[in-house]
Amino acid sequence: MRITQGCFSFLPDLTDEQISSQVQYCLSKGWAVNIEFTDDPHPRNSFWEMWGLPMFDLRDAAGVLMELNECRKVYGDRYIRMSAFDSTHGWESLRLSFIVNRPKDEPGFHLERHEASGRNIRYTTRSYAADRPEGTRYGGK
Amino acid sequence: MNGSAGPSAAAQDAGETPPIERIDLRREFAEVGIGEVLDQLDRELIGLKPVKTRIREIASLLLIERLRKRMNLTSEVPTLHMSFTGNPGTGKTTVALRIASILHRLGFVRRGHVVSVTRDELVGQYIGHTAPKTKEILKKAMGGVLFIDEAYYLHRPDNERDYGQEAIEILLQVMESQREDLVVILAGYGDRMDKFFASNPGFRSRIAHHIDFPDYSDDELLAIAELMLHDINYRFSADARAAFVRYIALRKTQPLFSNARSIRNALDRIRLRQANRLVADLDRELTADDIMSLEAPDVLASRVFSGTFPK
Repeated sequence: MRITQGCFSFLPDLTDEQISSQVQYCLSKGWAVNIEFTDDPHPRNSFWEMWGLPMFDLRDAAGVLMELNECRKVYGDRYIRMSAFDSTHGWESLRLSFIVNRPKDEPGFHLERHEASGRNIRYTTRSYAADRPEGTRYGGK
Repeated sequence: MNGSAGPSAAAQDAGETPPIERIDLRREFAEVGIGEVLDQLDRELIGLKPVKTRIREIASLLLIERLRKRMNLTSEVPTLHMSFTGNPGTGKTTVALRIASILHRLGFVRRGHVVSVTRDELVGQYIGHTAPKTKEILKKAMGGVLFIDEAYYLHRPDNERDYGQEAIEILLQVMESQREDLVVILAGYGDRMDKFFASNPGFRSRIAHHIDFPDYSDDELLAIAELMLHDINYRFSADARAAFVRYIALRKTQPLFSNARSIRNALDRIRLRQANRLVADLDRELTADDIMSLEAPDVLASRVFSGTFPK
């Protein structure tokens, strides 16, 4: 099951050229672009690991693409996303975030129904990938 | 523009299908606007004949390269990395800025900004510090020009564990693999750069354009001085100009002479002395002319004339 988080996730995967123009848009707005990766696809997982520091003061997307390719070399089997941080007063938060790399095979989620008291049902979603320990999901060693 | 081109333009209009077969060079030249930049270079930079010729050649090559691309004649992106060698104050940094705008107009760099760095900004202080630092600078320079001043400091032959070597390796790799994203310009004094290239042959071969900046002649230095004064709304009186001609001749024979930079410093000191002379007489009524003109005594008070200039 293809996970859909952040911008453009209902579109086909972005090509490098498309990623590059999105990044250029962010840079033209003065946002700092950051690369993060994870192998836990749960939508409530907000702790993605950072690939280096957020990139401030860049003028051209080629620099970001260079880092992305480095990151793909190491973590090409995981989810990689880019986020753009707006540091202007009043915003000081993320303005845009989109997935730029995903595992070849995404096994999807198991829906667990927990029968609570009084015939109540509580739902839990659990990623099949998360059955295996971190770092070994999605074909990692 | 079409009118001046005459019949060739008409022929071109008739058969306009890609790939283009004929190109009106004059129109292309005007469209790109490098004519302006080159003229500005001629106007604002005095002397530097070999440098200007070389820049013209590079600009022409790039223009033709651009046309070739439009005509679908396959060609590789030309190597644009350059090295500027010359004595202090011969205008290396100024020319680097101009080069960036020429390359930008021709579309060979996307943004046309210049990131100017020295060893400090590229080389780290401990193991594992250099690579991220160098990459950070490279990322900032992407789409523009990376200007490395006094590049020979990157290589310290006396210390084989110096982190400079690591920075050099990363630079070389990016210079080779991302030629279309980044232009690197190395600058430094001639003899030391020669040694630097001798010990890093990889650099020498990856740089296509080695441009040598000659020293300025006395006349050129005077012209530079007058241009600088004109820009800040000052001028020499006739006597002061004669005195300054003598100043230049004397200053050149003294140590630590750094061409245009020495001239700028001399002018700053002359302005100080002029201001002091004017303030000394508070009862006098000044005209704009008085405030603008530098007089001979302002120039002649320099240590260069009294022979007490530090050796």
